[in-house]
Amino acid sequence: MEYLPDFDLLRPKTVDEALALRRENPEARLLAGGTDLIVNVRRGIVDPKAVIDINGIADLRTITSPDGGGLRIGAAVTLAELLEDRRISEDYPALCEAAAEVAAASHREVATLGGNLCLDTRCLYYNQSEWWRSANSYCLKHRGDVCHVAPSGKQCFAAFSGDLAPAVLVLGGTVEIAGPNGGRTVPLGEIYEDDGAAHLRLAEDEILTAVHLPAAPPGRSGYAKARVRAAIDFPLAGAAIALRQEGGVLEDLRVALTGTNSCPILIAGTDRLVGETVGEEVAEKLATMLPKQIQPMSSTFTPPGYRRKVVANLVRALFRHLTEAP
Amino acid sequence: MAKSILRLTVNGSGREDAVPANMLLVDYLREVAGLTGTKIGCDGGECGACTVLVDGRSRLSCISLAHTCAGRQVETVEGCATDGRLSLVQKGFHEKLGSQCGYCTPGMIMAASGLLRRNPRPSEAEIRAALSGNICRCTGYVKIIEAVQAAAEGTT
Ligand SMILES: Cc1cc2nc3c(=O)[nH]c(=O)nc-3n(C[C@H](O)[C@H](O)[C@H](O)COP(=O)(O)OP(=O)(O)OC[C@H]3O[C@@H](n4cnc5c(N)ncnc54)[C@H](O)[C@@H]3O)c2cc1C
Ligand code: SF4
Ligand code: FES
Ligand code: FES
Repeated sequence: MEYLPDFDLLRPKTVDEALALRRENPEARLLAGGTDLIVNVRRGIVDPKAVIDINGIADLRTITSPDGGGLRIGAAVTLAELLEDRRISEDYPALCEAAAEVAAASHREVATLGGNLCLDTRCLYYNQSEWWRSANSYCLKHRGDVCHVAPSGKQCFAAFSGDLAPAVLVLGGTVEIAGPNGGRTVPLGEIYEDDGAAHLRLAEDEILTAVHLPAAPPGRSGYAKARVRAAIDFPLAGAAIALRQEGGVLEDLRVALTGTNSCPILIAGTDRLVGETVGEEVAEKLATMLPKQIQPMSSTFTPPGYRRKVVANLVRALFRHLTEAP
Repeated sequence: MAKSILRLTVNGSGREDAVPANMLLVDYLREVAGLTGTKIGCDGGECGACTVLVDGRSRLSCISLAHTCAGRQVETVEGCATDGRLSLVQKGFHEKLGSQCGYCTPGMIMAASGLLRRNPRPSEAEIRAALSGNICRCTGYVKIIEAVQAAAEGTT
């Protein structure tokens, strides 16, 4: 038997109710699928005074096609629901391919889109039991003074390891955020910071309510992931690409990565390859853009140098795959 | 910790219990409902030993709060057999030797039962995908896949 620390469980029915509860309970945490949060509570990394279960909020649970085109996906839509939606598998393959590779089937039954985008960062020295961390004097990210990955610095390098964010980034997705002063909609990239201890730029009293995907762009998209155990693991690196070509000439190219930094990274400069003829040479040029923009650290089981190689190979292979005849 | 009333259905019977907000579904099933068939094999979401069905879909009960299942239908391995007769999935595990030490078996059986209800004739790849979160220390998985295949053949 394992009792968790004491907390109240609050189950709002509307976003407004949830926002009010968030204001009244400053140390509350939102609960969606719980496949990250409850694990962290069990391990003593998170000690919430209240847990606000957002699964009863109908508005967060639907996928709708707004008049202006595109798709609005509620934050509490599960990955299993997302995978069953034909609009997503047909028009936004990168998102569907990424969702299919998150954890294992039983997790995806409850794991949500919002929870995946707001996933805590991960590290070898952090995602451990209480006794393991206490035996190691904890670390900078939680309770301790030293980062065991970069002991001379004062920054946490825990890796962002969500699979969906790079897909949403290359598809040009924006996120709808509800807060005490009303709502705002921003490009997904704007909610992240490359800081393992504070990677989310969401205020304590804000809730991510939905993801908007613009009308499906012509062209192709996809997601490729490397992990230790193919059946269940977090990405040691993941890459999403969206591109369009016309007569063998690149007209649009976007590439985003996960697992390499403390936030997902949209690779800058890919527009410089627009106008080039697709082929090995462009794939190589693309791969050479990556090293300067990523910073894998020794925060996972696989060493940084290995992850650098893997991520370049993932990008090359996915680029080849998406530029070949379907 | 203050308790509140949790109403739900477990293996077809309605229940009402006073349960604290911070109680995991697996602890509720084992400690309150007395159904110890559901196992705990890890410290959170890694192994699948605790898999049960909630409204017919597989769920890791070690990372679910009991109160989030209010009003739902929960099924555990104890609910599989009817009148002392094993379900087709249980029979498959028995006859194909899909169980050795047995610790992973309740979770495997529940994940497989959820799959066959949605998809009565799954391919081998679909079986592997549905059981991808269930880890087994003993069998090497081959006999588990065969057990589920045998159960699927029996259902059609
Ligand atoms: C064994 C195992 C393997 C895993 N493998 C992967 C993997 O391969 N890839 C991967 O990406 N993930 C993986 N995960 C992590 C997790 O299952 C997924 O990321 C999942 O999508 C998280 O969603 P959730 O709804 O369960 O989040 P929760 O656990 O409910 O929430 C996660 C965090 O986000 C916050 N949050 C949730 N919803 C909102 C919202 N609407 N607004 C603001 N904040 C919110 C919560 O407060 C919490 O801090 C794995 C987990 C386990 C246990
Ligand atoms: S990178 Fe350093 S501070 Fe961050 S979780 Fe790992 S050990 Fe802790
Ligand atoms: S006990 Fe639930 S996944 Fe291991
Ligand atoms: S039979 Fe022993 S763990 Fe699977």
